[in-house]
Amino acid sequence: MALPPPVTAAAAPTSRRRARRGLRRDSAAGWTMFAPAGVGLLLFVVVPFVLAAWLSLHNVRLDSPNPPTFFGLEQYRRVLVDPDFRGAFYRALLNNLTFTVLVVPLQTGLALGLALLLNRALRGMAFFRTFFFMPVVFPMALVAVVWKVIYSRDDLGMLNAFLDAVTFGHFSPQDWLGDPRTALLAIVVMSIWQGAGLQMVIILAGLQGVDRSLYEAASLDRANAFRQFQHVTLPGLRNTLVFVVMTTTILAFRVFDQIYIMTQGGPQESTTTVMYQAVTTAFGANNVGRASAITVLFFVLVLLVTVVQRRLLREEREVV
Amino acid sequence: MSATTQDRAQGGTLRRVGSYLVLTVLALVFVAPIAYMVIGSLKPSGEVISGLGGFVPRNLTTENYTGMLSRFDSDATGRFADFYGTSLLVSSVVVIGGLLVNSMAAYALARLRWRGRDAVLMLVVALVILPFEAIAVPLFYLLNDHRNTYYVQFLPFVASAFSIYLFYSFFVGLPKEMEEAARIDGAGPWRTFFKVIVPMSKPVFATVTILSFLTSWGSFLWPVMMVDQPQRRPLPLEIAVFQGQPPTEWGQIFAFGVLMVLPVLVVFLLFQRWFVQSFASSGMKG
Repeated sequence: MALPPPVTAAAAPTSRRRARRGLRRDSAAGWTMFAPAGVGLLLFVVVPFVLAAWLSLHNVRLDSPNPPTFFGLEQYRRVLVDPDFRGAFYRALLNNLTFTVLVVPLQTGLALGLALLLNRALRGMAFFRTFFFMPVVFPMALVAVVWKVIYSRDDLGMLNAFLDAVTFGHFSPQDWLGDPRTALLAIVVMSIWQGAGLQMVIILAGLQGVDRSLYEAASLDRANAFRQFQHVTLPGLRNTLVFVVMTTTILAFRVFDQIYIMTQGGPQESTTTVMYQAVTTAFGANNVGRASAITVLFFVLVLLVTVVQRRLLREEREVV
Repeated sequence: MSATTQDRAQGGTLRRVGSYLVLTVLALVFVAPIAYMVIGSLKPSGEVISGLGGFVPRNLTTENYTGMLSRFDSDATGRFADFYGTSLLVSSVVVIGGLLVNSMAAYALARLRWRGRDAVLMLVVALVILPFEAIAVPLFYLLNDHRNTYYVQFLPFVASAFSIYLFYSFFVGLPKEMEEAARIDGAGPWRTFFKVIVPMSKPVFATVTILSFLTSWGSFLWPVMMVDQPQRRPLPLEIAVFQGQPPTEWGQIFAFGVLMVLPVLVVFLLFQRWFVQSFASSGMKG
């Protein structure tokens, strides 16, 4: 993003005076116009962010008569190193990574496929787009409840019955959310259903930006559809795809609502995530200090992803 | 490129039929869970979980709706109107308050010259990448004495670095002529903003309205942390509580879900192009 050019004093003395008067007048207005949002951001974003770092260095319990005591890096040591506690964090991190590694390529691939199907001058494309996009406007809490029913165990569950029907009875019913082998996968599928439409419209917008004349040139060169996709569409979509992949990655790290409603981290910790662990540590265990340490680690992860994203996008700008 | 010539060149009709077939199957998959919820809300509760029969609209009844509404009938359970009222209040304040303060702040950053502006702008851009999850725990610690109030549900979300950023990107791209004319005519920054800039900026206002409304209407993590009193629960929190309370009546829970998403769906279908553009444009930045 380009920053606006710095204010330069104009050459002529009169206009310089006017500019300075303008600057002074703007200064009051500038600060007053920024102030309401600025105060909000300061109180509810900056202060808690700094507080997170402070709390993570203390032993803090809510509604405790004792004031917070300084704990140094003990919370981090427990979360990351202590054999009694670290298991939970690494399990959550592993689940987050598994979730991300499954959701990002599957959802981006599906969204890309849908966008390519829709990006043609065929009748009724807007109609189909409506269906694919509709889940995006659903609150995740509601989606989680509906899919929890879809995943009901035994042969009366919707998904089990459907799979039974399409395999002509060769499918034995699964307890999708109750089995540690399938629970996370079930949440992955649901999350893709809810999120693919969003990625799809972003990619569709990206496709509009691909230079049409390149396709004509490719056609003249007798490039087939796959070659055109490989050499025209994909390079043209690079920035969009980098953006989509990175935002999906961050969203995947933030996953919480589905877990809370569908599995509460279970069965056998197979669906706990870092965010879910932070919340249960703050609430269930009433350990605000350690929960803060977990959120600080969470933020570091998100920051890493963002830095990678920025770097990839910058490289692209230099290349083109 | 004209897609039709491309299609014709590659043996047209068959491909087109194939595309429609694939699209139809996919559309059915996408719409199935929604259809299941709507049909289930209109069936006797015991028949919701009945295999593929869940899709068959048989013995239709509205008793889930009446039953659900009469189940929430006291202060101890909360009333359906309470949940709806909370969600509406919180979302309205977040959206309307947010439009005002964030657009003003963005205008100050994009067009006014004031001391410290560049530093503030950099800070706002940095805050965009900070997800709410990263500050939820300390915020909960900070505001613990304000649990179960309405204001604690909306106050932290009115000012939004992301909204400021969306407004900022739009304002920076606006032509300066109208604005300069207004300034020469003696209009101050406030008048210029409200009389000249705001009327020119409908698309970005629509985008921010849609994105912040959907986020706020679906907000879950914060209410989980801050609200336990039934009358103050927003809809997403209540449906999570409701589905875990025996006796579990899936028909009633789906009826709750339909009522919760219906207004959003109607607005979405009416202003679909705006929704799609909002999300697409939010993706172009970054």
